[in-house]
Amino acid sequence: MGVRLLLREETLTARIIGEIDHHTARAVREEIDSTAQKIKPLHLCLDFTEVPFMDSSGVGLILGRYRLMQMWHGRVTLLNMSPQVEKLVGLSGLDRLVSIERGESNESHE
Amino acid sequence: MKAMNEMSVSFLSVSSNESFARAVVAAFASQLDPTIDQLADLKTAVSEAVTNAIVHGYRETLGTVYITAKLYESGKISVKIRDKGVGIEDIEKAMEPLFTTGGEERAGLGFAVMQSFCDKVSVRSTPGKGTAVTLQKNLLRRVRSHD
Repeated sequence: MGVRLLLREETLTARIIGEIDHHTARAVREEIDSTAQKIKPLHLCLDFTEVPFMDSSGVGLILGRYRLMQMWHGRVTLLNMSPQVEKLVGLSGLDRLVSIERGESNESHE
Repeated sequence: MKAMNEMSVSFLSVSSNESFARAVVAAFASQLDPTIDQLADLKTAVSEAVTNAIVHGYRETLGTVYITAKLYESGKISVKIRDKGVGIEDIEKAMEPLFTTGGEERAGLGFAVMQSFCDKVSVRSTPGKGTAVTLQKNLLRRVRSHD
């Protein structure tokens, strides 16, 4: 379980690696927030390319980051969710608050 | 209806066991040859129920979570997740989407997810004694003869 953070221009990308549940969500949250609160990016991209599983703890995680970004009028994008993750996001209604994208991960391929 | 297979497992209510619990149920359910999506739904529902037992039932004190799963000829799986924690005063209220006693980072969606990812969810609870959540899901076999 881990998070890789990448800042490019105004976008902070958080590539989450591993399953997101109540046990793992806290570390992910702390990792993202400590950086996001410092740099207050206009855009937070949560990259789910390497998240094979998520339960409603992940919904809480996304909602919490959405609220954080709202404090400085930033926006949130969810990138490359698996069908299982996307189903949960749809059920929660989060898709009305954040943008959903698929495609190239913002990470450099070095 | 008589179960054709049954398993039980119990473990301490520590959050690192959430992934263990859903993995063990998924491994058992695999005998029915479910689709990947069905297995993902089941894992999600089990994860919600076990998290509820740990976070709400035992309020992050140490207790034991009990799981019994049964497989039926029809392709149905039944999974009971039980704790001996504080119990639920008002089950109807606890099952309302977005109701949570778990603080800001909890989405309050646990029961809504269980209900939408399973075919049937039943809850029995006695305040001070504990809670049992039973999830039922039909896992139709992928390969079926058509004659």
